Amino acid sequence: MNDLAMHILDIVQNSISAGAKRIEISVIINLLKDLLSIIITDNGKGMSPESVKKVTDPYYTSRTTRKVGLGIPLLKQTAMQTGGDVTITSELGVGTTIQADFGYSNIDRPPLGDLANAYVLLMSANPEINMILNYIFNGETYSVCTEDIKEALDGVPVNDPAVTPLLNDMIQSNILELQSLDNN
Amino acid sequence: MNKIKSLDDLRKMKQNLSSDISIREKSNNPDKIVQIRVAMATCGIAAGAREVMNTMLEKIAKDSLPVVVTQGGCMGYCYAEPTVEVKVPGKDPVVFGHVDPKVALDIIDKYILKGELIDGILPVNYQSIQEKA
Repeated sequence: MNDLAMHILDIVQNSISAGAKRIEISVIINLLKDLLSIIITDNGKGMSPESVKKVTDPYYTSRTTRKVGLGIPLLKQTAMQTGGDVTITSELGVGTTIQADFGYSNIDRPPLGDLANAYVLLMSANPEINMILNYIFNGETYSVCTEDIKEALDGVPVNDPAVTPLLNDMIQSNILELQSLDNN
Repeated sequence: MNKIKSLDDLRKMKQNLSSDISIREKSNNPDKIVQIRVAMATCGIAAGAREVMNTMLEKIAKDSLPVVVTQGGCMGYCYAEPTVEVKVPGKDPVVFGHVDPKVALDIIDKYILKGELIDGILPVNYQSIQEKA
């Protein structure tokens, strides 16, 4: 995994497999605390306390096509290398929240990568799921969600290849604006 | 093209898009539209599935092709990631392995548009001769 956006793409697949109808992705950067957190909350089927304990084990997976499950272990490894960690809370029938904390200025922290692209790929590939993105940079928030985008597009499919580059630009420019606020 | 910044800008922009989109909307029927599924599990993403998906989306938008791209999970072909499954209407689905952005464009240009087979097809089914008959 070259960047954190790839981890997001990966971890959200777990929420999709869990049958979530609402997935909220929050990226929180706090330069004062030197912290970058990624929090993914879904309303999927949730996990039992036993499963929650096992998901960070690379040899645990719920799927049947292979015997290993590396998504969460890789995320945990990356987080721990930067002085952070991954915490998972889950309740059967309610949903799951996974939080990964990274030391922002740690040299082992991968770059965030193209967050806008990761969100747009996930949203357009799963238009039936309400996908929410919150980008919080030093307390300033930019949020976008599938439902609002659908309403703005008024019938034009959100997964149309002509639409996705526009969404990418829109989200990217808002993220960049929040980052530039800090420099002023 | 003007930069869009807000959902209002998006609302305004969508009028200019209608011609491209109508091509796909008219064929918004699973029996008529080509479906591409990029495997996006941990193995696929780590191997570069994101670049493959972005390349395909750009190409489809540029040429206004009647193709939809979605994401799939791991099919057990971790050794051959990134993998792409292509379902052309009326044909059995085909899974291509070791797809990079260049192969991704070949899949669209050669397999989807011209019907030529290209290297890198993985076995998807184990139908015997008897079953086929």
